[in-house]
Amino acid sequence: MTTTSAVPPAAPAAEARAGTTGPVRSVRHQWTEHGLLFTAPFLLVYALFLVWPLLYGVKMSLGDDNIAGTESEFIGLDNYAEALTDPNVWSSLWNTLWFTALSTVPLVVLGLVLALLAHELRVVQWLWRLSWFAPFLLPSGVVCLLWLWMIYPSDFGLADLLLGAAGLDPDIGWLSDTRYAMLSIVLTTVWWTVGFNFLLYLAGLQSIPQHLYEAAEIDGAGPWHRLWHITLPSLRRTTFVVLVLQLLASLKIFDQVYIMTGGGPDESTRPILQYVYQAGFTGYRIGYASAVSYVFFALIVVVSLVQLRLSRRASEENDR
Amino acid sequence: MDGTTVAGAPVPGAAAGPGTGGGRTPRWTRGRIALLALALLLAVAWLLPLAWAVATSLKPASETTKTTLEWVGSTITFEAYGEVWASGDLARWMFNSAYIAVMTTLLTVTTCAMAAYGFARTEFRGRRVLYGIVLAGIMVPPQVLIAPLFAEMVRLRLVDTYWGVILPQVAVPAMVFILVKFFQGVPRELEEAAFCDGAGRWRVFWQIVLPLSRPVLAAVAIFTFISTWNNFLWPFLVTTDPAGMTLPVGLVNVQSTYGVRYAQVMASLVIAGLPLLVVFAIFQRQIVRGVAHTGLAGQ
Repeated sequence: MTTTSAVPPAAPAAEARAGTTGPVRSVRHQWTEHGLLFTAPFLLVYALFLVWPLLYGVKMSLGDDNIAGTESEFIGLDNYAEALTDPNVWSSLWNTLWFTALSTVPLVVLGLVLALLAHELRVVQWLWRLSWFAPFLLPSGVVCLLWLWMIYPSDFGLADLLLGAAGLDPDIGWLSDTRYAMLSIVLTTVWWTVGFNFLLYLAGLQSIPQHLYEAAEIDGAGPWHRLWHITLPSLRRTTFVVLVLQLLASLKIFDQVYIMTGGGPDESTRPILQYVYQAGFTGYRIGYASAVSYVFFALIVVVSLVQLRLSRRASEENDR
Repeated sequence: MDGTTVAGAPVPGAAAGPGTGGGRTPRWTRGRIALLALALLLAVAWLLPLAWAVATSLKPASETTKTTLEWVGSTITFEAYGEVWASGDLARWMFNSAYIAVMTTLLTVTTCAMAAYGFARTEFRGRRVLYGIVLAGIMVPPQVLIAPLFAEMVRLRLVDTYWGVILPQVAVPAMVFILVKFFQGVPRELEEAAFCDGAGRWRVFWQIVLPLSRPVLAAVAIFTFISTWNNFLWPFLVTTDPAGMTLPVGLVNVQSTYGVRYAQVMASLVIAGLPLLVVFAIFQRQIVRGVAHTGLAGQ
């Protein structure tokens, strides 16, 4: 363990300290001590509850495992062949991507707008944080039941009452009409989670150096000019982080759909995660469920790699 | 930063200028009043659903489904709260959630901080490869894990136990990544000086590095706590016995318990939502600063 040939980057700094050749050697020795011990507890849990299931899932997907624990037989790629031709897989995959596309844009843009408002106004900060961030702290169960029971019911739900009060036709099947069900889930999700992006953008705004604005001010730049030429370009890194986190979160969509529509009406809102759950836990075909989830995983990996390439190219251009 | 820093020290006249430049609140121009109005409108829109839930929970049962917009019922009654609390379920679920969230947070912060320090500051064979494997874990979606993880839990006999809920939530690669980034920024000279004074690895870690990292550790702890307290899917899969359910999972059961008694459902939601809102009210600043400290949004 201590014979690593790699020289720790600290060595030059240590050697630079004049006349301490003796201690330097022992300092270098110190850097290499106990390394594995520090990482061992994490790696143990990580191996047991992430790496192992990840690999075991591959084995499961190649067999006809059921959740009851009876002996499974190796059936090769049959599950994958079935998954690729299963219309339910494609429709739930489509629903997941559709939800992601619909939710990401308002969540990122609105998060930015709210942060700009709060940052620009500089008054009653607690009010902005409370109203926009607090919903993020509610469990999905609370949020979804609240909207399911109080906002969306027809006739007496808050959404219908407000539409009626505004003189509009309140007769909307928020969660029962295939035209609106997904939009309603997106609306709930935006209300619930925009606060996190709001907070990230607020932190990003606060770390823009003030002298940029002061210099622009001297040049006579107006508020719009400052927004376009200083604020937004400085937030590029924050936007990238927000976007990546948002995409990852949206692709995991489950709670809202499961609690509010159960995937309906007509399976029009059922996401891939719910289909995996149904196949494995209520349909008892856990091997098939694994195969479906690996098809999805492969897709995510491909998307992530493309994203990584794009971001690397973008940051190279930045450094130039 | 982009390297587009504009040269020039602060100019005396500009320091207190209007707009985003100065440190004090600028004048209330017409534009700013319009912005304030917009912000207030959005704040009200965001608070409306919460206000409606509280209002409904305080109405007499017969008035919860009125088809007109009425914020206050004929009387204000806490009947629904009394009933849902008396059933005892909420209190039990809250205890379960709190226990699981506290244990998960403690274990996550400890193991992730140690691992991050190991990866950031020590040398051992295979370090780079192992760190690469950990980072790759960030990409693994829960979709892939639920089926095999459940099968593992069945075999380990951890279904319907606290540990069955806790353990799979402990190893969070993203937390390690955040902490590694932070530890790499701690000046090595501090640690070297301690080595020269004869301190060992552990002492340097506990007495120098950890105290320096308090803000980022707090941020990691807060976010672990929030996400564990609110997690739905995994506890939902691994608990079948109502007595062992967490708050979010138990709540979804409330639906069947209370049928169409809206005041009761809303009362349980208000009770369930309250703990973290109170925590937020107390720790507002730390939570907001925490987001900045994780380096997620930093420049």
